[in-house]
Amino acid sequence: MISYINHSRILKLLINGIAIIALLFSIALSVSYGAVEIKLSTVWQAIVSFDPDLSTHQVIQELRLPRAFAAALVGAFLAVSGAIMQGMTRNPLASPSIMGVTDGAAFTLVIMLAFFPGVSNLGLTFASFVGAGIAVVLVFMVGSFSTSGLTPAKLALAGVAIGTMLSSISSVISLHFQLEKDMSFWFAGGLSGTNWTSVYILLITGGAGMLLALIISRSITVLSLGEDVSTGLGQNNLLIKALGIITVLILTGAAVSIAGTVGFVGLIIPHITRFIMGTDYRWIVPSSALLGALLLVLSDVVARLVNAPFETPVGAITSLIGVPFFLYLARGSGGGK
Amino acid sequence: MMSKQHGIKRYVSIIFLLIVAIIMMFFVSLSTGAIPISPIDVVKTIFQFGTEKQELIVFDFRLPGIVLALLIGAGLAVSGVILQGVTQNDLADPGILGINTGAGLAVVLFIYFFQDTLSMTSTISAFIMPLFALIGAIVAAALIYTLAWKDGVNPIRLILVGIGVNAGFSAALIIFQLKMDPQDFRQATVWLAGDIWSANWGFVLALLPWILILIPYTLHKAHSLNVLNLGDDVAAGLGSKVERERRMLLLLAVAIAGACVAAGGGIAFLGLVVPHIARRIVGPTHQRIIPISTLIGALLLISADVIGKNILAPSEIPVGIVVAILSTPYFVYLLMKTK
Repeated sequence: MISYINHSRILKLLINGIAIIALLFSIALSVSYGAVEIKLSTVWQAIVSFDPDLSTHQVIQELRLPRAFAAALVGAFLAVSGAIMQGMTRNPLASPSIMGVTDGAAFTLVIMLAFFPGVSNLGLTFASFVGAGIAVVLVFMVGSFSTSGLTPAKLALAGVAIGTMLSSISSVISLHFQLEKDMSFWFAGGLSGTNWTSVYILLITGGAGMLLALIISRSITVLSLGEDVSTGLGQNNLLIKALGIITVLILTGAAVSIAGTVGFVGLIIPHITRFIMGTDYRWIVPSSALLGALLLVLSDVVARLVNAPFETPVGAITSLIGVPFFLYLARGSGGGK
Repeated sequence: MMSKQHGIKRYVSIIFLLIVAIIMMFFVSLSTGAIPISPIDVVKTIFQFGTEKQELIVFDFRLPGIVLALLIGAGLAVSGVILQGVTQNDLADPGILGINTGAGLAVVLFIYFFQDTLSMTSTISAFIMPLFALIGAIVAAALIYTLAWKDGVNPIRLILVGIGVNAGFSAALIIFQLKMDPQDFRQATVWLAGDIWSANWGFVLALLPWILILIPYTLHKAHSLNVLNLGDDVAAGLGSKVERERRMLLLLAVAIAGACVAAGGGIAFLGLVVPHIARRIVGPTHQRIIPISTLIGALLLISADVIGKNILAPSEIPVGIVVAILSTPYFVYLLMKTK
């Protein structure tokens, strides 16, 4: 069955088509569900013939739509970021949250908020790229100075350690500057503060990252077969890795600056996608984006349902979904011998 | 080669030095804070010659927190010694393994379900909470051990599974916390960050028996730890009932960690670092590692508390965060060395 999917283009397209339809449905669900239930017909009207005098139309235009789009984009970016990381390092445990990248982004964000309170949204996004970069560099440094080399499990543990350190320092800064109320929800991952500006920022910055991801996807496929194979086929591994890391930084930075630390999306989705789509990253990248978007939009709906009318951080929901999967991976190939 | 006599002398003098250091930090901690009290006044107050205000600050606000820090530091360090000895794993620590979060979740569930019948600050709940924490810690430990088991327990896999379980429990924690009413929520958040300032004498009394009984009992079991450390085959050859001893000792470690978490919240990495320092100083014999770790753990936590209170005053940083910042570099170092 799986091998059949691997060989059939039409089936792959069909699955992606289904994913797109499911995503549209989940966005519609996300928009219509909330403190006030809004009929789908009203949602449609609010989009095609917007009437600023109607409060429901306002709610849809100003709150629900941007939120649903932001969730979809963040989910897509995290998933693609995870896919690129896993392909590049051939490490089943690689993903933005486990490797400490999200903590790094959060770290520089807190610094910006504390020391430059008037910083613009775009400045925050840029800061989170830098932070994500710091974390990646630290984690890989730990890995490469390690005695028995860079095993998947070690890389993950290094990520956790670096992540813990950076997030501890972040808490100190946020405590000192009394940012903890702003930060605590954001640390757990939340989408409640999103507006159209967030969506634009995501589209502009993350869009570039997605484009880059698609461009290098073929080379990532080759790299995922092993560095020797890749060199043998005449690829410049260093260049591709550098581009891959830049892609990861852009995508993760954009996602974290809007939604905070949402864990495990970047871990699970690439595995599921590989299972369905096979090993070709030209398929894996777009499908990961679709499935990641679907997962986060649905998780966001659940996050609002669990404790209505209050919100639960969406990161808590994705963790609950992701942990069993992580444990399965930790027991398997990722867990050392 | 050191003579045995010389070794004992060195050992005794290290213990003496550590005790002196703890006493010094004790006074530093008592005299610093939002309202500074000079060390002389602190001594005066202890001997009942201080003003009423000083007495209130010293006896009701500062002393319980400091005593609690000493007890928790000692407890977590010993728990780490046992865990590292039993699993032959340099990276084991109750915080990293998720035992702390398990205990934390149990306590939060306790607050959540019994918030109406018992008030958090009441003395009864201070005594019941460790029991709940213990159950949570045992459940977490059993879960981690079972999930990590695959033809034996590989150190890295154990930690990895611990991290996963930790993340799961944390997520559940957040969900339950947010369902609480605001006052309970604040209490739970502060408590989970590893905070010991809100401590009162009730918490101290609740933790004291656990520490006073379980640490000496661990010392009594030091021989088993030495034997287990030689590896399963040697241990079995020496006539040790390996699995039974191991489970017994694990339970001991979990019980101590659970009680500490109930009193002081989640403080990770302390139990990781201290045993390593102790082994560096006194070598691999657990009869010596355990007392030294007890003292170093107490010293480290009381120092972290002083740092947290003063470094960015007037903001106070939870002691758990200070410990994490100080210890993660060491964890990274150990990770790089581990095969």
